[in-house]
Amino acid sequence: MIWIYAETSGGSSNSQANGQANSKVAPITLELAAKARELGPVEAVFAGDGQTVAAELGAHGVIKVHATGDLGTKLAGPKVASAMVEAWAMGTPKPDAVLFGTTYDGRDVAGRLSVKLDAPVLTNVVELHGTDAASLEATEPAFGGVVNVQTRFTGDALPIFLVRPKSFVAEETGGEPAETNDLAAGETGRTAEAEILNRFAEETQGPKLDEADIVVSGGRGLGSAENYQLIDTLASLLGGAPGASRAIVDAGWVPYSYQVGQTGKVVKPSVYVACGISGATQHLVGMKGAKNIIAINKDPEAPIFAVADLGIVGDLHKVLPKLIEALQARNS
Amino acid sequence: MKIVVCAKQIPDPADPSELNPETKTLKRDVKLILDESDSYGVEIGLQLADAAEQGSVTLVSMAPHEETNGLRTALAMGAEDAILVSDSRLLGSDSLATAKVLAAAIAQASPDLVIAATESSDGYTGTVPEQIAELLGWPSVTFAKAVEVQNGNVHVQRQTEEGYDEVVCPLPCVVSVTAGVVEPRFPSFKGIMAAKSKPLAQPSLEDLAIPAESVGWAGAGQEITAIADAPARQGGEVIEDEGDAHERLITFLEELKVL
Repeated sequence: MIWIYAETSGGSSNSQANGQANSKVAPITLELAAKARELGPVEAVFAGDGQTVAAELGAHGVIKVHATGDLGTKLAGPKVASAMVEAWAMGTPKPDAVLFGTTYDGRDVAGRLSVKLDAPVLTNVVELHGTDAASLEATEPAFGGVVNVQTRFTGDALPIFLVRPKSFVAEETGGEPAETNDLAAGETGRTAEAEILNRFAEETQGPKLDEADIVVSGGRGLGSAENYQLIDTLASLLGGAPGASRAIVDAGWVPYSYQVGQTGKVVKPSVYVACGISGATQHLVGMKGAKNIIAINKDPEAPIFAVADLGIVGDLHKVLPKLIEALQARNS
Repeated sequence: MKIVVCAKQIPDPADPSELNPETKTLKRDVKLILDESDSYGVEIGLQLADAAEQGSVTLVSMAPHEETNGLRTALAMGAEDAILVSDSRLLGSDSLATAKVLAAAIAQASPDLVIAATESSDGYTGTVPEQIAELLGWPSVTFAKAVEVQNGNVHVQRQTEEGYDEVVCPLPCVVSVTAGVVEPRFPSFKGIMAAKSKPLAQPSLEDLAIPAESVGWAGAGQEITAIADAPARQGGEVIEDEGDAHERLITFLEELKVL
């Protein structure tokens, strides 16, 4: 049996902090369910009301959902990890492995659980090999994706995997709604003292970065934070999502949530447009799974051209305004 | 207020590291530098220390070969002192073992606040800050993009998929910070000179009461079974912009049925 950590779209489902609980299951969770099904019966653990996700999880082959109930203003990490350990101590059958998505909350819960069980975590997993949980080996990209490293656990501890989004393909099985089971809150001591006071949603239009069919990303070649509006405009004209290289996130031009790469998000859109991005290996690992790659860069030697299906050697400050104008003319 | 900042020293990303095919660990015989991801934590720590009464920043690092190059950079930025754990028995440590060592060193420093990067630039497991918090029995707020301390609480803007959560957490606690949220200061000449004589403690595993069999190769609950080159992707058409590249882009997007 495999447990997966289930999340709703947009992460946390805290209703108190949110106003209203979000009940759409996140794509990463459905991806985990699809892979876990190959390895054995799948059960999920969820920070929220299990009834809200039982149908969708069941339709993806999850048999049972262990739910903590609404966490109110509490963060998931300490609450979920302690509830899992408590449940196993009280006789709930322990799984053969636990899969988490590499998300804000997934990392927190996995880290806390790892210490509670004195169990190491295999992180940044993009593939799992093996036919059952006992013999699982994981593949993780290293050195910015230049090599793939295959690892396995050696001890007796519960195998915990943190899986990168887009590693597996979600697939419905048409199963019945998952059975729900209430997880009792475990002992958290001081660890759950953090409280969410308010939630702020940034005004964004169009699809989310890691779900978009088209992604337009900008890098250092933009020259300044103001020029990022070229990326925003082009993304919106193409019905896509804007992204960024690590360099301009580090420079503070756009928030971390825009970052595509090894540290950041993995995207696999139909079309990826890289503007002013040289193509450091750490960026390539986050986007080279795109079906088509377009690169615009003034340096003909930029490594991004080695992976681009169409490369434009030129000044993006000239090319992008013309492209935007032409697209606007088509739309009007 | 005493602040500990976790500072990882890594091979220069501009000079890519390799795996040693024999030992399957990162080759780290090169000079190590301060992980750029940690420079944001150092800057935030220094700003919070400046804003507090009797604030100070202590660095905590685990590195091979008694490496101090990266720590000197952070000391030159303004950190007061550093704790370095360097022991050949730590070679091969996974992230959980690393967290145990750092947590033990942090516990001895008994800070009010621990700041770490969300993930290192080389190993990028991203689990160490939360593991440290759990080992200390402390609360934590990860993925912070703004941090303030008021009346014994830390107020954090925590990055979320849609925007951010405003989170409040009593001290002591662990906060992990994302990059790009502050502008790390450049060390001044005076700072660089002063850094040479700042205190550097080097506790042993025994000082930290860490059993040697729980760390390094002995304690790693995982092993590498294979290393392979990642499949390469083929490049395609490359054209030079002669003022009409946008037209080629439009036809390409039409061919892909995006337009």
